[in-house]
Amino acid sequence: MKIRIKFAKTGVMKFVGHLDVMRYFQKAIRRAELPIAYSEGFSPHMLLSFASPLGVGISSTGEYFDMVLAEDMKTDEIVKRLNATMVEGMEVLSARHVPDGKASKAMSLVAGADYLVQFREGKMPEINLETKVPEFFALPQIEIMRKTKRSEKLTDIRPWIYDMKAKKSGVWMQLSTGSVSNLKPELVMEAFCKWCGVELPPFAYTILREEVYADIGTEEERKLVPLEALGEEVE
Amino acid sequence: MRKLALPEEVLLQIEQPARYIGNEFNSVVKDKEKVALRGAFLFPDVYEIGMSHLGIQILYDMFNKREDMWCERVYSPWPDLDRVMREQNIPLFGLESQEPVKNEDFLFITLQYEMCYTNVLQALDLAGIPLHAVERTDEDPIVIGGGPCTYNPEPIAPFFDLFYIGEGEVVYDQLFDTYLENKKNGGTRLDFLKKACQIPGIYVPQFYEVTYHEDGTVAAFTPSIPEAPEKIKKQLVMDMTEATYPEKPVVPFIKATQDRVVLEIQRGCIRGCRFCQAGMVYRPTRERDVEKLKELATHMLRNTGHDEISLSSLSSSDYSHLPELVNYLIDSCPEKGVNISLPSLRIDAFSLDVMSKVQDIKKSSLTFAPEAGSQRMRNVINKGLTEEVILDGAGKAFEGGWNKVKLYFMLGLPTETEDDIKGIAHLAEKIAERYYEIPKDQRNGKCQITASSSFFIPKPFTPFQWAPMNTEREFLDKAAIVKAEVRAQLNQKSIRYIYHEADISLLEGFLARGDRKCAEVIEKAYRKGAIFDAWSEYFRKDAWEEAFAETGIDVSFYACRKRSTDEILPWDFLDIGVTKKFLIREWERAQKETVTPNCKMQCSGCGAKSFGGGVCYENQN
Repeated sequence: MKIRIKFAKTGVMKFVGHLDVMRYFQKAIRRAELPIAYSEGFSPHMLLSFASPLGVGISSTGEYFDMVLAEDMKTDEIVKRLNATMVEGMEVLSARHVPDGKASKAMSLVAGADYLVQFREGKMPEINLETKVPEFFALPQIEIMRKTKRSEKLTDIRPWIYDMKAKKSGVWMQLSTGSVSNLKPELVMEAFCKWCGVELPPFAYTILREEVYADIGTEEERKLVPLEALGEEVE
Repeated sequence: MRKLALPEEVLLQIEQPARYIGNEFNSVVKDKEKVALRGAFLFPDVYEIGMSHLGIQILYDMFNKREDMWCERVYSPWPDLDRVMREQNIPLFGLESQEPVKNEDFLFITLQYEMCYTNVLQALDLAGIPLHAVERTDEDPIVIGGGPCTYNPEPIAPFFDLFYIGEGEVVYDQLFDTYLENKKNGGTRLDFLKKACQIPGIYVPQFYEVTYHEDGTVAAFTPSIPEAPEKIKKQLVMDMTEATYPEKPVVPFIKATQDRVVLEIQRGCIRGCRFCQAGMVYRPTRERDVEKLKELATHMLRNTGHDEISLSSLSSSDYSHLPELVNYLIDSCPEKGVNISLPSLRIDAFSLDVMSKVQDIKKSSLTFAPEAGSQRMRNVINKGLTEEVILDGAGKAFEGGWNKVKLYFMLGLPTETEDDIKGIAHLAEKIAERYYEIPKDQRNGKCQITASSSFFIPKPFTPFQWAPMNTEREFLDKAAIVKAEVRAQLNQKSIRYIYHEADISLLEGFLARGDRKCAEVIEKAYRKGAIFDAWSEYFRKDAWEEAFAETGIDVSFYACRKRSTDEILPWDFLDIGVTKKFLIREWERAQKETVTPNCKMQCSGCGAKSFGGGVCYENQN
C-alpha cells in the first residue's frame, strides 16, 4: 500500500539538508520497523519518494514523502511508530493511504506551496506592509532578473504568485512550486523590497513553509489541495 | 527549540551546518543541574571523520551510563568556521549542550594519528584553555589524551594534564571517582593530578623530568615527585564479551565516513608484522564471543536504523568463529535491506564465497596488502603473505568474475634494495598475467590493478622503532623507480600506480618518534596557521618549515637517524606488556630475513602473556 507522510521540520532541523533528511527517514523507518517495500535488483533500495525539496535554513510544517509498504497497516499506528523514533524538530503529522493512479505520485503532483516570511527582530524594514503588500500583489506584471543555468534573463514572476498577504511581522504568500514553475519566496521578497525601494540587510527574515499543494483543477481553473487530502486514513 | 551556540547567520554561511547542531538520534542530553561530572570528548578532525570512530562511541556510551556524568562530543571546526569563531570570539562548544567546553570538568581528546596534533591546539585555543598544562587553573577542564598516539605522548606532553595509556574501558571510573573525591575535599587541580598519577595507566607528564645528552638523545627520564611511578603500564580489557559496548550509537544526520553499524569482533592481532604498531600495542589478541556479537548486531541495527553493518578488527580472517558470524549476518540481514561489509579479510575460498554473496562483483574490488614487492622484503617485515597465496587468491577471484584488484605496498622499509622496489611492479604484472590466462570469452574485459604505495614510517613499540626513515628525496626516487618499472611491464595498461605525499609522511615520522622538545615545533607551526595537516589541501608546508627553522629542531634527527638499541627512547617509560627484549630480537631477526610464527602457531615470548588472558592462553594443552 502507498502511504503519504506529512511531517514538520522545525527548530535546529532546518540546518539539515534535503538529502540528509531523506537518509534520516530511511533510518527512522527501519527503527520503527515498518514493513517498507524495497526495489528489485542487487542493491535494493526503499520505495520512498520525497516531494519538493526544502532549502537549508527553511523550516516547514508541511513536508511530504510517499512510501510503499509491503503489508497493510493502520495509518495512526504508522504515525505513532515513527514519532516514537524522531529527534527534536522532526514530527510526523499525518499518514494517509493514497490510492494508485494520479494521486499517488507526490513528486509530480506538487503545484503550489504556502510560505510565511517573518522578519527577524530588529530587521523589520521601513515598509508599511498593510498597504504595500496588496499593492504589490495587484501589479499586472512583476519583472525581475532571474538566473538560469546559462544566463540571466528578465522574467515575469507575477503569474506564479497565487496569493500574498501582509502579516504582523512579515508576509504570507502562496507560490507556484514544483517541476513546471518553481518560484522561491526569497525571490519574491527581493522583488517586493526592490519595488518598495528598500534594501534588506542579509539574513533579514526567516521562512516557514506551511503547506504543499497538488492542483486538482482544470487547465482554466486552478484548484489547490494539500497533498495529504489526496489520501485517506486507514483504521 | 534547542539553543545553538552559533548564530543562525553563521550557520547559514558555512559548509555543512549540521556538523555543529548536535540533536542526532541517540545523542545524550542530560539535565546539567543533576550531574556531578561533565566532560566533552574531542576527535580532533572534522565531524564526518570523528563520528566514524568506534572508540569515542564506546566511551561516550560508557561515560553516559554513569548517572552522575554527562559526556558530550566535539569535533574540529572546519577552517571556514574556525575563522568565524576567531573573528566573533565564539568559544568551542559541546554539541549536546551547545555550551562552552571550558565549563566542563574534563576534555577528553582521542589521538588517532599524529597529523591531528595542530588540531588539538586549535581546539584548546578556541575553547580558551591555555595550551600548556602548567598554565591552567582550577577554572580549566582537565585535558586528557588517549588512543594510539599516546604510545609516544612526548611531542605533545606539555599540552596535556594527563594521558590514559591503554584501553578506555578499564580505569576511567576510578579516575572519575578520584576527581569527585578530590572536589568534595576541596582539593586543587594539582592535588587531583597527584592522586591521578597513582592510578595504573595514568601518565601525568608534568611530574616527570627529561634530561638530554649533548647529542640530543634522552639521558634520563625520571619522576619529579614521589607519587609518580617510574613506569606506566598499559591498561587492557581482558574480558571482551563482558566489556561495555554501545548498543545505541549516535546516528549522524550528515553522511559520516563510516555510516554503518560497526561490530568489533576482536582486539589485537596474532600476526606480528614488524612495522605495525597496532599489532604490538593491542597484544594479546582477545576475541568477543560470537553469540554476544550476534545479539549486538541485532540490537544495534534496530537502535540505529543503519542499512549497513561492518566487522571491525585488525585481521578479521583470524577470528575463530568468522564463518558462523558471517553466515548469521547473511541469513538475517538482507531481508531488512541491510548490507554487510567485510574489510580486512584474507582472500581465500571462504572469503570469495562470502563476498560473492554480499557484494556486487562487477563493482567491488579485491584488496591485498602484500606491503612489499619481494618475498625477501616480506620476510623482513614478517608479513606472512606469499606470492603463491596472492596469485592463487587472485586467480580464484578472477575465475569468480572479479576484475579489479587493489594492492597496498610500502616503500622505504628497512634493508630495502632496488630489486625489492621493482618487485612491486613485478607482482602487479604477475597478477595481470594470471588474469589474462583466463580464456577471453570467459573473462570480463580488461583487469584493473591499482598498486598504491605509502612511505614506511617507523613507529614506537614496533621492532622497527630503531629504523631510519627515508628522506623525502629517497622516497620520491623510489616511487619513480616503481613507476618506470610498471611502465616497462607487458600489461602496463592494466596497472595503475599511485603513491602518497612524501613531505606529509616525513612530518608524521618526526611526530611519531619525537620527544618533548618537539612540542615547540608543533606549537610554532600552529601559531603560523597550520591546522588540518592531514588534509593535503590545508597542509601548510611553509608553516612547518618556518617552525623547524626557528626552533632549530632537525626533522632528520628524529625521523631519519638509525637509533641504537642502547639508546633511551622517549617512550621507554611505558610498559605495553611486549618487552623491549622481544622487540630487539625481532629487529635482529628482521635483518636476518627470518620469519616469526604467529601467536596461534607458536608463542614467541613477546611478554603480553603477563596480562593473563587472550590468545596466549587459548588451546593450551
